[in-house]
Amino acid sequence: MSSPIGVAGEAAPQVGTRGAVRGPGWDGRFTVLILFLPPALLLFTLFVVLPIGEAAWYSGFNWNGFGRPTNWIGFDNYRFVLETRAFWLALRNNGLIIAVSLAIQLPLALTLALMLAEKFRGAVALRMLFFMPYILAEIATGLIFSFVYDGDYGLVASIWRTFGAEPPHLLASTDTAMLAVLIVVVWKYFGFHMMLFIAALQSLDKNLVEAARIDGATRTQTLRHVVIPLLYPTIRLSVFFAIIGSLQLFDLVMPLTRGGPADSSNTLVSFLYNNGISRMRVGYGSAIGVILFAICVTFAFTYKRWFMRDE
Amino acid sequence: MNSAGARNAFDPAALFKALFLGLVAIFVLVPLLATLLGGFKSLGELRVNPFGLPAQWEWQNYADILFSARYWQLLRNSLVISTLAVALTLITASMAAFTFAHVRFFGSSMLLSYLTLGLLFPAATAVLPLFIKVRDLGLLDTYFGVALPQVAFSLAMSVLLLRRFFKDIPYELLEAALVDGCSYIKFFRYVTLPLSRPILATVGTITFVNSWNAYLLPLVMLNTDALYPWPLGIMVYQGEYSSEWHLILAFITLTILPTIILFLLAQKHIVAGLTAGAVKG
Repeated sequence: MSSPIGVAGEAAPQVGTRGAVRGPGWDGRFTVLILFLPPALLLFTLFVVLPIGEAAWYSGFNWNGFGRPTNWIGFDNYRFVLETRAFWLALRNNGLIIAVSLAIQLPLALTLALMLAEKFRGAVALRMLFFMPYILAEIATGLIFSFVYDGDYGLVASIWRTFGAEPPHLLASTDTAMLAVLIVVVWKYFGFHMMLFIAALQSLDKNLVEAARIDGATRTQTLRHVVIPLLYPTIRLSVFFAIIGSLQLFDLVMPLTRGGPADSSNTLVSFLYNNGISRMRVGYGSAIGVILFAICVTFAFTYKRWFMRDE
Repeated sequence: MNSAGARNAFDPAALFKALFLGLVAIFVLVPLLATLLGGFKSLGELRVNPFGLPAQWEWQNYADILFSARYWQLLRNSLVISTLAVALTLITASMAAFTFAHVRFFGSSMLLSYLTLGLLFPAATAVLPLFIKVRDLGLLDTYFGVALPQVAFSLAMSVLLLRRFFKDIPYELLEAALVDGCSYIKFFRYVTLPLSRPILATVGTITFVNSWNAYLLPLVMLNTDALYPWPLGIMVYQGEYSSEWHLILAFITLTILPTIILFLLAQKHIVAGLTAGAVKG
């Protein structure tokens, strides 16, 4: 990501000229360093890095957050988390979200991008329309869909009634709650992935596509053997975002189901919220946080190493 | 769609495409339109007619909310928090990015990698210790208690995006300025920042949208209703009017309205900003 070579290469002449001419040499640079870096580093250390370290420390205690943590219980919190059925349900749900993202959302986004990257009247308007759900707050989206799914007033209920059936309460049943959440996930995020693909398609080297056409490749062949392979980096990126996004999904679940009924639609973060934060079980909650952190970091590094080596 | 249809009315591919796009458009639009229109209905009508236009337009639902102090207070709180987050992010991130882009010093790439660690995990992982930290700093139940952690978590991406842009400013420009006795800080203030308006707008937009929509951090850090930003406030509202969906729908519509207006006005920056991670720092 960073390119230290570029920095060194550009900065090299600076060292040469600095000694010879008047002007801020080391002094000037020093002033910048002590004025410009500390605010960002301080904020980042205080509110991002330290809390992660502290989570690891607190996770060894049975602590309600008041006074000092004194009741050291070692790895028991981790054991408690792993023994909770709801934790495994949450993990499974995160897995389901990833599966739906890969199996439904990604192909949908890619298909739409291929259709909308071409110019025709209304293409831009449709792009914007499909992107719109992404910028709406998760909370608002969740509330809108809790209306859509509502068994008495909702849209789904109304459709059911026109067929003369008793409307279901989708969000109140352990069988359907997670399914309902998954549909909202697709609704909310496919537009983002579509935009990624459209951006990639527009920066594609048109000559390659042209060349394939001239060589007699059909539309489908061009798509399969030229366009899609050129999109691989973006596809890998889209998968990366889908997985990281699923691991932090929380806001959307709260207005829909709060993780229920009976923990059937918890994600890892809503599980963390319901069991750690809302009851101020700092040690237990921190242990969940550390597990989530470990999953994110392991995934990010493995994924980068395996799939995004060249980027 | 139109041009293809004109060329060949029976082109099945074009027909399929139009159908597919139409279906997706309906899938996206129907919940949004039903929300907007639902706010104009009475509860009784909503039950029998959730899809169609209201038989009787109940402007009162919207008017009551628009003339309530509550709605404006929520928006004001959100605006204060988001503005704080954007301002602090732009200031701290651009200063740091400038240093990483133009000043050569020992440990530069190491510190940059340190900052980019922030990209790897969501704020939720450490939210309990973060709560205790904010409490110990005496910032619980203040705007800053929400805004500062938001800034901290947006720094990684912001610094990367800004640094990449700053590095494209020709080095000769800085060199010439330094030779003429201009300081780094003056160069930053009078050359780098004015030249970087597009990327500053992009970073500002990402931070704003994230902060405006945020739920978890304010939920944990704020206890007083009077300080709640709108995502918290709307959840409270929904709790109070639990099944009076016509009012809740009107409230949702009015709270997402600012986002939609902003989106229509600043489409370019928003799309660029929110997909910026894709082009990679």
